[in-house]
Formats: sequence, structure tokens, C-alpha cells
Amino acid sequence: MPYHKFDVVIVGSGGAGLMAAMQLSHKYSVAVVSKLYPTRSHTGAAQGGVAAALGNQEEDHWQWHMFDTVKGGDYLVDQDAAEVLAREAIDAIYDLEHWGLPFNRTADGRIDQRRFGGHTRNFGEGPVMRSCYAADRTGHMILQTMFQQSVKNQVQFFNEFLATELIVTDGRASGVVAYSIRDGDVHTFSAKAVVFATGGYGRAWRITSNALACTGDGMSIAYRSGIPLEDMEFYQFHPTGIYHVGVLLSEAARGEGAYLLNNEGERFMMRYTPSLQELAPRDIVSRSIVQEIREGRGIDGQDYVYLDIRHLGAEKIREKLPDITDFARTYLRIEPITDPVPIQPTAHYAMGGIPTNINGQVILDEKNTPMLGFYAAGEAACVSVHGANRLGTNSLVDLIVFGRRAGKHIAKMLDSGELDYADLPANTAERTQQMISRIRAGSGERAETIREEMRDTMTDMCGVMRTEEKLLQCGSKIAELQERYQNISIMDKSSSFNTEMMEAIELGYVLDCAEATVESAAARKESRGGHFREDYPTRDDKQFLSHTLAYRKENGGVKELRYKPVVITEFQPKERKY
Amino acid sequence: MTTTSAPKVQNARANTVQLTVRVKRGAPGAASHWQEYKIEASPLDRFVDVLNNIKWTQDGTLTFRRSCLHGVCGSDSMRINGRNQLACKTLVADLGYKISAEPMLGYPVIRDLVVDMDPFFGKYEKVKPFLINNTPAPATERLQSADQRKRFDAGTKCILCGACTGSCPSVWANPEWVGPAAIVNAHRFIFDSRDEGAAERLQILSDRTGVWRCRTIFNCADVCPREIPVTDLIEDVKRAIIYGEPDIPNT
Repeated sequence: MPYHKFDVVIVGSGGAGLMAAMQLSHKYSVAVVSKLYPTRSHTGAAQGGVAAALGNQEEDHWQWHMFDTVKGGDYLVDQDAAEVLAREAIDAIYDLEHWGLPFNRTADGRIDQRRFGGHTRNFGEGPVMRSCYAADRTGHMILQTMFQQSVKNQVQFFNEFLATELIVTDGRASGVVAYSIRDGDVHTFSAKAVVFATGGYGRAWRITSNALACTGDGMSIAYRSGIPLEDMEFYQFHPTGIYHVGVLLSEAARGEGAYLLNNEGERFMMRYTPSLQELAPRDIVSRSIVQEIREGRGIDGQDYVYLDIRHLGAEKIREKLPDITDFARTYLRIEPITDPVPIQPTAHYAMGGIPTNINGQVILDEKNTPMLGFYAAGEAACVSVHGANRLGTNSLVDLIVFGRRAGKHIAKMLDSGELDYADLPANTAERTQQMISRIRAGSGERAETIREEMRDTMTDMCGVMRTEEKLLQCGSKIAELQERYQNISIMDKSSSFNTEMMEAIELGYVLDCAEATVESAAARKESRGGHFREDYPTRDDKQFLSHTLAYRKENGGVKELRYKPVVITEFQPKERKY
Repeated sequence: MTTTSAPKVQNARANTVQLTVRVKRGAPGAASHWQEYKIEASPLDRFVDVLNNIKWTQDGTLTFRRSCLHGVCGSDSMRINGRNQLACKTLVADLGYKISAEPMLGYPVIRDLVVDMDPFFGKYEKVKPFLINNTPAPATERLQSADQRKRFDAGTKCILCGACTGSCPSVWANPEWVGPAAIVNAHRFIFDSRDEGAAERLQILSDRTGVWRCRTIFNCADVCPREIPVTDLIEDVKRAIIYGEPDIPNT
């Protein structure tokens, strides 16, 4: 069995993973293990921008950014983490610019900035220009720039390797097991530190903006290793997915002034959030759209509304929103310069994930006990800077700030000799071999039926609006699917580029994420941010101003839910009104 | 492309059509063969949806790469109806009732529609595709005018899907040639006012495997899913070599 030894093994080659690699590769041996070629990572799909209080266009302060992040997250945000996010965003942006990221420019040659949902001046007075951007392909430019720097720094990549196991020695992370898609071999990586930067799990839902690769691999692997998953009930549905397809039309459109219209041609957001209108945070806009549809004001009585950018004019649309107008043309055959675009909420972003502290160290319990040598960053992690709802542009900020911090913390621990190689347990890779053999020998149904039932169930019962009854049904359905998954079969028995095997393994991962999501959601009997309970429509700080930690039973299913207090420093929880 | 016989877009979701999809299948060491699938699809389905449906409901062994499903990750570049395209950016409505899919030419085949992209990334790395600037950076951003930023905009759109390089007859004839995608990524830095590495890159691109093997056939620009005027950028680089420096706005 192929065996490798690196100081640091990073799983995932998106913005967070590569940012971590950048802090380490000049001094330590670093392997990046990725199931895709690095530039295929989903960071590349982020469109609108990356927030930092540079103040290039108008007065701005990191404290305002911190406040918006806390309020946007409905006060479930850990405020020490939000402070780090808002402060360090500024330096991280300058790092990216120095590495060549082609930001759009102001008239005086500085990084241009624009408005984005939930970002305000002076603690909520009105919209502020905080989002740094490169046309509407900011994520693409971050990913490209990070990859370019990885080439420069000769980071070693293991491309098209699917991670399957975290290796643990005496309670500390000591390596990773991965399945080589190319030839079917199982590789063992021994490491002093392991970083999971494996992204989200939007594929659990029917309509999603997420790539097929977004199957929660790292979250599931951690969960199977006895590490809890934090705040999984908080999942963001982005308001403006292309109807039926789910592909995102960036919030940048609304940042530039786009309207949302119902079947009466009314800008309905004026009724829901008069101060920010279309630029209210995403959870609120998505709920408002669903409410309009329920009350019969979807277009033609159907389950969509319009995003209208016609009044922005052809020139501005071409210059500032080229990619998203192209999406509408390609996938709906609609010309956004002359016609409004049908949109509906689309599953987009996990606020929850593998719990970490502000150094990216994975923590094991409500006492914040860190696990030596194990780190997580980006969407896979929950620091928590997004709390119950993430603001637009804060995902890219999260990647660069906490990817960087994880990398720097590892470098410090390696410098001081606090991290070292550990002997790998004798049964290393056994679980992986068993999983592969089981799937290869399985005689039950194929992945397709289970996957489709999961996506429908999650959409109908664990979506934008939730109730006790539906969540309980959803929980038993997911448990049933987990059981059926144990006997899954595949047609492709080859060891060469077996993508059916890969998809079967991924389905197991995303089912685990769905399981933790629905169980956490059922237990949270309040409404907060992205988690909306029709049967408990208000926020309940007395009982629920705390993070959920979901632990898995040895043989599957949620064992227990524990709760961890929210860190509050500057901003006392208040009613969230816009 | 047979757009005349293509299914109509109107009421597209509701009305499905019967497609015949021919896929060139193969693996190293085995002769390739064509396999035919019949499948229902909507005219608004992406071709990658069709391939996924075949894989998920008929033949789990059908092998291709895919990820983002909306033309930004570059995984599913393949030769569809004889032309390199992203399967997720191409709709059934544009392809007709009979569709053929093959691996891109000019790359070693790993299996079915999956090709080995390692040589492609090797050529990319050869042109030093990263900002070179040895002047200490200021505390904030390096300044750049909007015009300077615009000068290299086209190349920043590249998603490294490889469609251009796989459509280039000069690449087919000489696999050693760096090919259009690598030159696009060199251009992106050569014409960036913040970069100081133009001379090194122009040196690399002026040798035997550099820009001069481009015969301005325009296949690259024609197939680019990001609508990058690839051939124009290659010509830009040729001019920079002739004049000894890139033509970048001073302000």
C-alpha cells in the first residue's frame, strides 16, 4: 500500500486549503490531497466579492464589519472570531493583491469596492461599499491566484485523491487515508498536522448552487472519527438561484441595484425590510421569496419570482455583471438586459461544520478542548464567524483569514516542536478497505435512488421553512436511507478512474451531513437566521443562545446533541431588524 | 453544429425528447469503440445532465469528469459533436437529437472521456504563471489604473479547461508545443503593469516550443467557453517579443 510522509497534509485545494499551504510550503513539506485538479475547486464559483473594511470608496471600519457579521448571524456568531475575521480581512486582501489578484480598480488606482447584502455603515445605518471584487468572478480569481502561488512555491499536489479516513493516534491526528481515483490504490499519508479544507455539502438538497463535488467529505470523515459537527441546522439558502437549475445569480446583481419582483410587478422586499430592501441578509430574502410564493404571488402562480436588472442599463450590466448575465442566457435562454430572470432560493452554504477555535484547531467538546494536530478551515469548518446566517462575501473572507491562521498556527507549532509524527495504528486504512470492498460486493440498489430520495426529502422537509412534524419525518427517512446505503451496489468494478465508486463513497458522506443537519434542526425549537421554524417563529435566547454539537454513534445515527455557549464580547444580542 | 434540427426551447422543461448519444469509450492498452445510448432529455438540459442520467440510470461504467455544472470549473471539457466544449455549458437544444461525445484530441486518454491533464498543467507551469515582482510591496495595495487592469483582463477569465489546447492542430502535430492555454496564462502576467517577469517569460516563449508554432488557425478562440480571444492574445505576445517589451498603458 503506497505510503507518504509529509510535515503537513492538507485535504482540499480550494481557497482555505491553498491559503494554509502558502504559510507552510517555504519551510515545511506540504502535501495537498484533492479529489479534483485544484483549479476545479468550488471556491472558483464564488462571484460577488470579498469583504474588508479598506474604506477605499467611503468611510469604513473593521468594527462595523464585525458588527454586521454578528448581527447578520443573528447573534450566534462567536464575537472573538468575528473580530479576527473583520480585522485580518484587511491584511489578507493586501496579501492577495500583492500576489497578483486582479481586483477591479477605483479612479485613483486602488482596489474598487461595492455594496453587498447586510454590510452597513455605522452599525446598521445604511449600505456601505465593502466588497472588494474582480468583476463577478472574485472566487475564480482567488482560486487562480492561490494556485499560481502554489506553483511558485512548489507545493506538492495529489490530484484526484478522495480522502476516506482521518488517522488518529492516542487522541491526536497523525495522518490521512485517501483513495486514488486514477488507479484505485489506497494511500496512507503520515503527517505532523492535518488540515481539512474540504468545503460544504449542498448536494444534500434538490436545488443547489453547489458543485457535484460538494458532498461534505471532511465533515463526514471527522464525524465518523468521533468529532462533533457544530451548528449543522444552520444552512443558507441563497435567494437568487436560476429557476430549476440552482446555479447562482450573484448577490452582486442586487449590490448593483437589481430588484426582486413578484407576479404583480411589486418590489416586495420593500414590505419586509424597508431599510435594506433587496440587500437584506440572505436568510430574510429567501424566506420573503418563499412567503410570496406561498401567498400566490410567484410568477404565473409558480414557485419562482423575478430578478430584474433591466434598469441598470446594458453598459453597466456588461461591465460589472458579465458572468451572471451569461448564466441566464446559457441556462434559461433569457436576455437579462431586456427581460427579468426567473429565480428561486437555492441551497448554498453551510454555516456549520467541524468545530474549530480561532487558530483553526479542531475542538472536541463544549469546553473547547483542542485535538492536537488536527485543523479545519473554510466552509468545512465552523469557527463560528457566520453564526446562524452568513453575510454575502464573508465566505471568501473566512477562507483567506482562517486558512491563513490555521497555516500560521501549524507553522508555529512545528517551529516549537510541539507537533511531531506519531506511529500509525495497526488498523490504519482498514475502514477504507472495508468500505471499498463492501461497495464493490454490494447487491442492493444503486446510488441514484437513495441520492434522489435524500435530495427530495431534505428539500421538502428540511429547507427554508421547517416544522417539528416534517423534521421528524425527515429524520426517519434519512435513517432509512442510511440503512439502505449499507447495501449499495455499483456496476463498475474497475480500479481505473472508477467515478461510480467515488460517487458511492460521496453519497455516504453527504448522508452523514444530512443526518446531523436534520437532528440538530429538530432539537432547536426556535427561529434564528437560516434556521426557521414555523412552529417556533421567534428567537429564544434564554434556551438557545448556544452552538449545537452533534456526535455520531459508533455504528451510525446521532448519539447525542450537546450545547456550547456563544462568545459575546462587544455586542449584546438584540432583536435583528433591518 | 446541427442547430436547425435542434429541439425547440419553448416549454422545454415539460417536453422531453428522445436522444441518441454515441460515446467513444476506451482505456489505455485497449482499442476504443463507440457505444450508443438512448435517453430522454429536455432541450434545456445540459449535456452533462444527459451524461449523468446515462451513468446513474443505465450504465455506471460510463466515465467522465464533472463538478461545478455551470461552466466555471473546467472539468468537463470534451469533444461534443466534433467540437471541444464544456458539457455543462452546452444544452441539448444546441446539439440535436443525435449527439456524439469523445475525449479531447491531443491528450492521452485515461478512460472514456477522461484525459490525462498532467502534461497540460506541466506546460502551464513552464511559463511561470504567477506574479513576479521583487520590489518590496507597500503596506496597502500596489496601484494600478483601470486601463492597466483592463489590458490583461481577457486572460484572467481562463479556467484551464484545456479546450483550446486540445483543438489546436499545431498541438496535435507537436505535443511538445506549449499550446494556447499556457500562452494565455503567460499573457495574463506579461501585460500586468505590476509584473516584472515579462522578459523571462518572453524568453521562454520565443524558443522552439514557444509562440511561433502558432499558425493563427483560430480554433482556440473559436472553442473557448470563456470567450477569450485566444489567438489575439498569442499575437500580442508575438508582438511583445518582436518589440522587446509588452505594450502596457503607462497610466
